[in-house]
Amino acid sequence: MKEDTIVALATPAGVGAISVIRVSGPQSFSAVDEIFFGKNKIENAATHTLHYGDIKNQGGKHIDDVLVSVFRAPNSYTGEDSVEISTHGNPLITQKIIELLISNSDVRLADPGEFTKRAFLNNRIDLTKAEAVADVINSRTEASFRGARNQLDGLLSKKVNDLRTQLLNSSSFIELELDFVEEDIQFVNQDELLKRIDSIIIEIDTLLESYEFGRVIRDGVNVAIVGKPNVGKSSLLNYILKESRAIVSEIPGTTRDVIREEVSIGGILFRIFDTAGIRVSDDTIEKEGIFRSQETVRNADIVIFLEDVNQGESRELFVDLLNLTNPDKVIKVLNKIDLNDKSKINSDVKISAKTGEGIDLLFEKLKEKTIGNESYTEKTAIVTSLRHHNCLKKSRENLINARESILKKMSGEFISVDLRNAEMKLAEIIGEVTSDDILNNIFMKFCIGK
Amino acid sequence: MKKFDIIVVGGGHAGIEAASAGARMGCSVGLVTMDKFALGRMSCNPAIGGTAKGHLVREIDALGGVMGQIADRTGIQFRMLNKSKGPAVWSSRCQSDRKLYSEEAYRIISPTKNLEIVEESVVEVLIENRKVLGVKTSSGEEIYCKALVLSAGTFLNGLMHTGLNKTIGGRFGEQAATGVTESLAKLGFEHGKLKTGTPPRLKKDSINWAILEEQPGDEKPQPFSHQTDLSQFPFLPQVSCHITYTDLAVHKILEKGFAESPLFTGLIKGVGPRYCPSIEDKIVRFADKERHQLFLEPEGLDSDQIYLNGFSSSLSAEIQLEALHKIAGLEEVEMVRPAYAVEYDFFPPQQVDLTLETKLIEGLYFAGQINGTSGYEEAAAQGLIAGINAALKIQGKPEFVLKRSEAYIGVLIDDLVTKSTDEPYRMFTSRAEHRLLLRQDNADRRLIKHGYQFGLIPKDLFEEVDNREKSIIDGINYCQSKKYHARDVNEFLVKSGSNEIDSTETISKLCKRPEFSLKQLLEFNGASSDSEAVALLNDEKALEQAEIEIKYEGYILRQYEAVDKLEKFETTKIPLNFDFTKIKQLSTEGREKLSKVKPRSIGQASRISGVTPSDISILLVYLKN
Repeated sequence: MKEDTIVALATPAGVGAISVIRVSGPQSFSAVDEIFFGKNKIENAATHTLHYGDIKNQGGKHIDDVLVSVFRAPNSYTGEDSVEISTHGNPLITQKIIELLISNSDVRLADPGEFTKRAFLNNRIDLTKAEAVADVINSRTEASFRGARNQLDGLLSKKVNDLRTQLLNSSSFIELELDFVEEDIQFVNQDELLKRIDSIIIEIDTLLESYEFGRVIRDGVNVAIVGKPNVGKSSLLNYILKESRAIVSEIPGTTRDVIREEVSIGGILFRIFDTAGIRVSDDTIEKEGIFRSQETVRNADIVIFLEDVNQGESRELFVDLLNLTNPDKVIKVLNKIDLNDKSKINSDVKISAKTGEGIDLLFEKLKEKTIGNESYTEKTAIVTSLRHHNCLKKSRENLINARESILKKMSGEFISVDLRNAEMKLAEIIGEVTSDDILNNIFMKFCIGK
Repeated sequence: MKKFDIIVVGGGHAGIEAASAGARMGCSVGLVTMDKFALGRMSCNPAIGGTAKGHLVREIDALGGVMGQIADRTGIQFRMLNKSKGPAVWSSRCQSDRKLYSEEAYRIISPTKNLEIVEESVVEVLIENRKVLGVKTSSGEEIYCKALVLSAGTFLNGLMHTGLNKTIGGRFGEQAATGVTESLAKLGFEHGKLKTGTPPRLKKDSINWAILEEQPGDEKPQPFSHQTDLSQFPFLPQVSCHITYTDLAVHKILEKGFAESPLFTGLIKGVGPRYCPSIEDKIVRFADKERHQLFLEPEGLDSDQIYLNGFSSSLSAEIQLEALHKIAGLEEVEMVRPAYAVEYDFFPPQQVDLTLETKLIEGLYFAGQINGTSGYEEAAAQGLIAGINAALKIQGKPEFVLKRSEAYIGVLIDDLVTKSTDEPYRMFTSRAEHRLLLRQDNADRRLIKHGYQFGLIPKDLFEEVDNREKSIIDGINYCQSKKYHARDVNEFLVKSGSNEIDSTETISKLCKRPEFSLKQLLEFNGASSDSEAVALLNDEKALEQAEIEIKYEGYILRQYEAVDKLEKFETTKIPLNFDFTKIKQLSTEGREKLSKVKPRSIGQASRISGVTPSDISILLVYLKN
């Protein structure tokens, strides 16, 4: 039996200058090679070497440029083959990279304290007492539990529980036919079973789709304000801070040239970046700032493109902007309408950062861009955690397998293999598994027994 | 003063397996029973096997137990259940001649070398320093032993109910065993009460057979035992069962008796099995069901009695008879003996280890209903495992524990020990997570090596199975590599109603098409002369195994992978004296449950309800030291 390969963020969650993702286990190198594009393959790299390159997704889209450190067993923190990926400090980037890694079937998310546990089991850390390691596992588990006890997870548990019950009912029908063949009972037909499974798949799909939105709820939306000097970028930021609930004031030391504020608008966390400028300049001092601003725009979920009635349209800047981001993400905002409300400049929203006119509309636009046309309400179950997302995805795969077995007219015990796995994956989300559920369900619902 | 290596208390299905295995493994065994002619007596229905139970019998037989052989010699109807499903859920079931079954058990057991049958009733278990010493009988005699297997069935403080009438006893017309529960309770054992029931026996010639639906046995009956001589099988003439149904009029009469029902009035405290409810239970819980199916099963070839399967009850005899008379075919029926419920003591099975030795007293083993199971097969399986382990312990050899991925017996005992039970536990195929691997057709491949190792399986049978294994593996490899060319095989494919192939295809790929058997594919062009093919074609059993593994390859492989993933957990052992209470990082519930169950492996620990994945991580860390 081989150990699983595990992955997790090794640095604190949130925004820092850099983040480090740690991968450990026998498939570390091959898994990283699937998404890392540098000069050399990690598989062939010597231990304790550094490699620069790009992380790309399956479609070849650039995610981030990173530094990869290679540690070969037993000379790593865990004592296993291990890789550390240093990325830019943005939760969206680290999340994407971790998602890419666990889409490989050999890789899974690490359990709380698991790196430490492996390090200990492989004699890599010199903790004289097992107790210390157990403490680590214990405290991490509690921390992750505390984080999970919010209302959103409550809604999700309820939904998942409901799906699990539906699955149990389907499994019960199958098991009934296998274990109680002599009973005077109407057995379920295959069409009916297929219908039930299809409806569960659709519900899981809906949950999976909610993940993008759930991520926004959890991690926040990155908004970059782009505009020429003096169009009122700082005034807008200040007004937004005044009007909304500011969560943190400026986080110092993250970047020199990009100012960032976090605000909550309509229950959604927005992380607003005031960029210095994105036009290429020859000034070497400015160059670094421009580079950072461009990165910010690239990673932004929404870009507020700010113009004002005085300076008029900034066509060249807009063209530059579209090189960095997708037009769907851009809200064109015209500022200073308190000075002249007759401007013909084409915009999505007209505001005055001085009087506050039109800001409400801007907030609406921000929410609309975030949530899209999906009608999420407070009663909708939403997936916010990668672990949950992963379980749902696996459960769905199992259901597709079960579906195939039904279509191939396989007997119930074959269908059951996948239905059980699907059910176990759902149970993992809720955190309770008892294998007697199916039998209990049968005894409750059917008159069994000669 | 009598002295044995092993004393077995109780001569039922568990007791005879334990005694026979222990004796054949070279230990002196005293089998204590109240009545030596009651060995292997069937207390309830005259049948062996059924879904999942048939699997158990095959496994018991592969390990060298006696149940399969007795059932084969005394079966009067054999059926393979679930034949329309895949091979993993095929299960054998037979109707037995109740009287002959017991006689056959005596015939097989009594001449066993090293085995003495002692006709006595045990009233006390003798213990010294938490070690078993022997038993005390009702006549005051003390018998000593190194290991004691308690398999007393429903006899521990057995109490029978028919209506408001209560009779002390473990089985109709027989006494109960008193004193044993009390002596164990004094030692600190927890005990509880369970309930089971048995339906009425009817007079055969008072039934209107002509109007009843007949259920015959299989045309080609299959024996349970790997050792049964096929040329003589079946040994007895084969007979049919019959089917009838209750209706609303019947239910109405039964309802009249509810006021005097010991079940509904709370007189019966023991918990009954949900999968085998009494007829009154069915009427109440499934009120919208207008009829319930009943089977009329013959009690034996010469017997004048019929067993009415599906009509177990604890209502008064008068009500039972009145209701029976409303049932089609039973209008004039004479009831030889009414249905009754029986309550008995059991010991929640978390108190035994996977070897079935109790955790509290060294050398004391529990097997059968005393552990909360129901069913002859479940009992026999435990008896065999307890007997083997008692002998191994006395001989200073390593213990014998079957894994969940290895046998239904492993599932059974792991379930009992790990999860305990609060109703009589019956085996179902759905309890086995590795069901596709634990088939009745491969019980010999899985287990005969163990039986042989203990000296319970003859050498020639072991060698036969061992040699066949080679044919199977070579045969499968051959089918996976040997390719047929389109020009040779297409005519045959089309003729058989299948699709042509483009260029070449392996035998194993073609065999996955449901329309072909492996035999057809090996023989389509005249019998193949390749040695691997010849070996398969010359051995029906090898051919069957190869075919199953090829046809269901994808599913079977996935189950093996699942087993593989768990293997590390299963093999990471927890020492017997491991102190869970000292690990403060464990969750409170986890620590409590672990201390109670005392799991022997990380795998077992992970199956205890209330033990979290982080508890398991923490245990792994502590176990490293």
